[in-house]
Amino acid sequence: MFGSITTDMVLAILPEIALLVLIAVVFVTDLVVDEKRRGILAWTSIIGLLITMLLTAFFAQPGAEAETLWGGMLRHDWLAYVSKLIFLFGALITTVFTLNWDSVRFKGEFYVLLLTSTLGMTLMGASADLIMLFLSIETTSIPLYVLAGFLTDDDRSTEAGFKYLLFGAMTTAVMLYGFSLLYGFAGSTGLYEISAAIGAGQIPAAALAGAAVLVLVGFGFKVAMAPLHFWAPDVYEGAPTPITAFLSTASKAAGFVVLTRVMIAAFSSVQAEWQLMLAIAAVISMTLGNLVALSQTNIKRLLAYSSIAHAGYALLGVIAASELGAASVVYYFLVYVVTNMAAFGVVIVVSRVIGSDEIADYAGLSRRSPGLALVMLLAFLSLAGIPPLGGFIAKVLVFAAAVQAEFVWLAVIGVLNAIIGLYYYLIVLKVVYLTPGKDEQKALPTPRPQAVALVVSIVLLLLMGTVFAPWYQWALNSASALF
Amino acid sequence: MTDYLLSLILFTPLLGGLVVMLLPGENKPLVRRVALGLSLIPFLLALVAWFGFGNAPEADGFRYQQQLTWYAAINSSFHVGVDGLSLSMVLLTTLLTPLAILASFTIEDKVKPFMALFLALETGMLGVFLSLDLLLFFVFWEIGLVPMYFLIDQWGSPKGERELWKGMKMPSRRYAAFKFMVYTMAGSLGLLLAIQMLGVVSGTFDLIVLFQSWPSLTGSLFGLDIAQVKSIAFWAFAIAFAIKVPIWPFHTWLPDAHTEAPTAGSMILAGVLLKLGAYGFLRLVLPLYPEQAHQYAPVLALLATLAIIFGAFSAFAQKDFKRLVAYSSVNHMGFVVLGIAAAAYAAGTESATIALNGAVLQMFNHGISAAGMFFLVGVIYERTHTRNLDEMGGFFPLVPVYGGLLILTSMASLGLPGLNGFVSEFLVVRGAWPIFTAYTALSMLGLLFTGAYILKGISKTLHGPLNEAWNKKNLPDINRRELAVMAPLVVLMIWLGFWPAWLLNVINQAVVAFFG
Amino acid sequence: MTFPILSIIVFLPIVSGAVLLFLPSERRDLIYRFALGVAFLTFLLSVLVYFGFDIEGARYQFMEQYNWLPALGISYFVGVDGISAPLVLLTGIVIFTGVIISQRIDDRPREFFAFLFILASGVFGVFVALDMFALFFFYEIAVFPMYLLIALWGWKKTREYAAMKLTLYLFIGSVIALVGALAMYFASGLQTFNMLALEGAGFSASFQQLWFPFVFFGFAVLGGIFPFHNWSPDGHVAAPTAVSMFHAGVLMKLGAFAALRVGIMLMPEGAAYHLPWIILLSLVNVVYGAFIAMTQTDAKYMIGFSSVSHMGLVMMGFATLTYDGFVGAGVQMVSHGVMTALFFAVVGMFYDQTHTREMGKLGGLMKVMPFAGVAFIIGGLVSMGMPGFSGFIAEFPIFMGVWRSYPLVAIIAVISIVITAAYILRAVSRIFFGDIPAELEGHLHDIRPSEKLALGLLAFVLVSIGLFPGVMVPMIESGVNHINEIVHLIGGA
Repeated sequence: MFGSITTDMVLAILPEIALLVLIAVVFVTDLVVDEKRRGILAWTSIIGLLITMLLTAFFAQPGAEAETLWGGMLRHDWLAYVSKLIFLFGALITTVFTLNWDSVRFKGEFYVLLLTSTLGMTLMGASADLIMLFLSIETTSIPLYVLAGFLTDDDRSTEAGFKYLLFGAMTTAVMLYGFSLLYGFAGSTGLYEISAAIGAGQIPAAALAGAAVLVLVGFGFKVAMAPLHFWAPDVYEGAPTPITAFLSTASKAAGFVVLTRVMIAAFSSVQAEWQLMLAIAAVISMTLGNLVALSQTNIKRLLAYSSIAHAGYALLGVIAASELGAASVVYYFLVYVVTNMAAFGVVIVVSRVIGSDEIADYAGLSRRSPGLALVMLLAFLSLAGIPPLGGFIAKVLVFAAAVQAEFVWLAVIGVLNAIIGLYYYLIVLKVVYLTPGKDEQKALPTPRPQAVALVVSIVLLLLMGTVFAPWYQWALNSASALF
Repeated sequence: MTDYLLSLILFTPLLGGLVVMLLPGENKPLVRRVALGLSLIPFLLALVAWFGFGNAPEADGFRYQQQLTWYAAINSSFHVGVDGLSLSMVLLTTLLTPLAILASFTIEDKVKPFMALFLALETGMLGVFLSLDLLLFFVFWEIGLVPMYFLIDQWGSPKGERELWKGMKMPSRRYAAFKFMVYTMAGSLGLLLAIQMLGVVSGTFDLIVLFQSWPSLTGSLFGLDIAQVKSIAFWAFAIAFAIKVPIWPFHTWLPDAHTEAPTAGSMILAGVLLKLGAYGFLRLVLPLYPEQAHQYAPVLALLATLAIIFGAFSAFAQKDFKRLVAYSSVNHMGFVVLGIAAAAYAAGTESATIALNGAVLQMFNHGISAAGMFFLVGVIYERTHTRNLDEMGGFFPLVPVYGGLLILTSMASLGLPGLNGFVSEFLVVRGAWPIFTAYTALSMLGLLFTGAYILKGISKTLHGPLNEAWNKKNLPDINRRELAVMAPLVVLMIWLGFWPAWLLNVINQAVVAFFG
Repeated sequence: MTFPILSIIVFLPIVSGAVLLFLPSERRDLIYRFALGVAFLTFLLSVLVYFGFDIEGARYQFMEQYNWLPALGISYFVGVDGISAPLVLLTGIVIFTGVIISQRIDDRPREFFAFLFILASGVFGVFVALDMFALFFFYEIAVFPMYLLIALWGWKKTREYAAMKLTLYLFIGSVIALVGALAMYFASGLQTFNMLALEGAGFSASFQQLWFPFVFFGFAVLGGIFPFHNWSPDGHVAAPTAVSMFHAGVLMKLGAFAALRVGIMLMPEGAAYHLPWIILLSLVNVVYGAFIAMTQTDAKYMIGFSSVSHMGLVMMGFATLTYDGFVGAGVQMVSHGVMTALFFAVVGMFYDQTHTREMGKLGGLMKVMPFAGVAFIIGGLVSMGMPGFSGFIAEFPIFMGVWRSYPLVAIIAVISIVITAAYILRAVSRIFFGDIPAELEGHLHDIRPSEKLALGLLAFVLVSIGLFPGVMVPMIESGVNHINEIVHLIGGA
């Protein structure tokens, strides 16, 4: 059905092919290597992901014109390219942080699931067809349900996995219903065909708006925006921390990519309606996420609520429905994934040693490990949007997009929320730097691979926060692929 | 030299102060002598200016003028110059400063900063007399407060407490210094505002320009008639100067400050600082606001009369010798203001000229005699450590020379014919009589009481039964250094009493030129 | 290519701060000497900028421009004019003296100096930025280290509260201003953040009237404008000495300067529309600040509120929209900066020894630290607006400006002078004169020579400007002349 397969087509799915190979390798290694030496699984994944990233970066770069390949299933454009890199980076760092996590590092299925989920995400980033989209979302989600509940001897983890599954299944069903409506009216599953059909006025506005709501439910769940955020705090808290990191970064970014692509590509004719819906969702997400985060005592829950708030900020870029808006979303996630990875990285390293995720137990961290404390400081400042870290420019861009699209009120609500955000980030930093802890004299060592990952993240954050132009060019290229 | 003579006079004391600060502090005699020596330089320069006055080039009535860029952004420049009026005050200042320094050789505590501040104070005072720029005038006007504040606050009389409220107490000298500073600063606020307003309206602070432009300004300002604006500004100026003079009822800071100040401080305070206020009236108020001055002169005259009368009464009521002398300043400065008020009311007439001459001469005379009085009070205080008149008495046999000087100075202050005070008070009364007859008559009543309190002072100290507490040992007669302080003052008292013309000629020239 | 002095001055501190973090933490001497060396170098560079500035020359000098994010018209664009060159000098002075005074920081000196230098870089960046985005970028860099510096090294009793309050206030201000700046960016249609270009953007009157308050107040929060001044005294009090110096001395100027640069200069019509009522706020600052300062018994609180009062004069100078007012405000920024730095330095010096700042529990310090006492008195005289000191040179034209536009405001505001005199004199006499309290007797010693040097430098600046306004005023005038071309000030040529 595809006709002849061209080099372009292969290059477009180069990351997916590489990932599949990697999955197979890990799977086989798991079978042949005896239990004690399965530590190499993680390293295999890491090296494999690195190779995949490099291959993607150098060979899968799309041309200036976006192409729709594989029978209209996949787009080969900058948005897909950049988002794939983001997901791969997320998976890579997540894997690094499993290195000394004894309950998972010897389990081949953990890495297989993680990589499969990543594969799903890369496809999500490129999907140009409702069916492909649905499949990729499920490929992403199902492994994640398992991963969230991976620690079977931990009740909270099991609960997290189950909760995630239930909510996920329900919202996916709703989304699927929305997809079917779209297909029913437009007579095609291709996103760009649907867009054309809508443009031609084939679909009644009411039906379209209804479909938009249903689709948004599914996407909203993925990105954990209010009011579909209920699962997030519990799941984030219960899941193994690397998975939490993965969920709150790559998975959320994947959700945003499809959200942006579908909304802008398919629903442009009911733009005002979905803009309003998303605006409300954004306001609730930001405000609720930030306000609830204020009262958290568990660092993972705090980051969970903060990630809900960040979904709200990023939504401003989507709502703007402009090139700057889309670019700002991409930039936002470039930064956000790296930032949150760094933040969770610290949480993982610390919790491995102190065995707790309570914020109060971070007291004295700055003396036990100045380095970790500094990474935490920078990551949190980036989340708060302070230069010279990436978070600053990311926030400026989404607010700029909102102002440009004359959603000034949204921008104002956004900046006020940024202040609440700053407040609780500072509270955590205060504990880290100021509160005397009981074990202050005991050093808290960071294993080398994790240290490297953290340093890389911080360097990236600083680069994104100071040398904007190349990153912004990526974001802009991605955005222009949508218009 | 005539180009920068005034700058030299003005800044040598300040530089001298800096030099003093660099001396080794432990060597007190050295510090004192150097300070005295340095303070003589401006005096000599002032004498040079005095004797060369007639030959110096003149422009707009002022000689030795010098103008340098200072604060160009608001058109204010460093513009100095003198006429007879200011030169006589410069002479008085530069004369009294060395004497005051000589008088404070007994100070043992923190000698170095004392001397440095004293010299800085001299610069501040001279600046006021020399400035021909309104802003510069204000600069020096305010800056002089700072050293004076510290002189009172740090070297004032060590005893005495003042209850503020709810049992909170502070040393009297602190209280006095604080009151002096805040009172004067508050008084200057109006002056500051008025100067700003003048600057905004005129675009310049140069007095020579302002003398021409400001009085003749017409129209309206800030939505008010120009006359109203001028009236308000007039009072702003007048109150600032009235506090400094001080005119009743703005005088309450004075007894405190005088009483608590160290002897040298009191000498300068009474001798020069009070003259700044009167000088302000003469230099600024009369020329800038001739109409308003005319209009409000009766009020000033009334206040002056009240100052003369109440000053005398209050002085009479004092038990504290220094306070008595302090109130006498209120009384004597009242004559200065009376003369000024009379001149303002009847500007241009012969009586006005006489009154003004009298007022300026009275400024000089009071400077001499009040400085002498305070010094003599200081001399006795250093020996007895009390200023309470009731604890004194019968000193004459113990200290005959001192007694003689005290009587002479008191008489000069009282206005005994043949001594300097008589001439100036006579001129003021003669000038003011036809203009404010009733007030002048009333102030003669005050003059009567002047006699009463002066005599009271003399009798309580020198005469009567000897207080047993004192004898030859703890009350030695005046020493050579103290004589050296008094000598120039006594000579001037007598000389001016017999031949006031040498000073009056110069003053009169200025008065005629400036107000004629 | 010319020597990139401004870039060096901006980046030297932050790079040195990063280097500091890699020094071994136990080598305290090395850390201090390194910091001192960098601070001195920065100071020298700022002196070079100041004296290298040609008053007759172009409006902006030492300009450098590099693309930063060309797609959005963001560039790294720096240069100084007659207003900002003195502020660069001010920052150089304060960082140098601040480092000297921090020699005795015990706890983690390495991090302390590193954060201080980051702060300094941010401050320099704002003063030299000619690109609106760059200005925000550096502005936020400057605000944040304050939190850590106060929270970590501040006064134990209030530091957490004060640091948080300060950071949130300032952050609110800056993000609000940011929204305004973005609005300007899009409304101009020029696709650039270059402020020189935006000056000529010709925003409509209604646009300016709507957006001016966002930008102006956003920044004026940092300038301590009433009713948003509340963070400032708490912050001053809680901060360690060098940070108080920086905070009151430089950071508050940052707010005023940015409010001028982004608010008044880019939206002159909005300024003309709103400033007439804003001057009333500044009047409250001036008078109320002085009254509250008078009621304080803690020396640092007193100085903190006096800063509120004095910064009110800066705002008032701007709000008059007169030539004189702007000149005065320009001088006042420098004068007040140096003056408060001096105050806080002295307070820090005696606090190290007395461990109290309650004025009732102090006394007689003149006997043990005369140099500090004299310096404090000089600061006090500046604060009172005593002629012969820089405060007078600054306040006089401000008041003249107010006379030109709102005579009544001048008459009310002038009250603050005598109140200031009262509380300054009281403080001087309580802290430095009288007798040393029994419990402090024997625990006090004179300040170190290096500290004398620092105080001497600060006092020297105050007196020089006071006696010879010509050393600074013409430069500020040249800046105001150029502002006049855009804003059309009353009384400007």
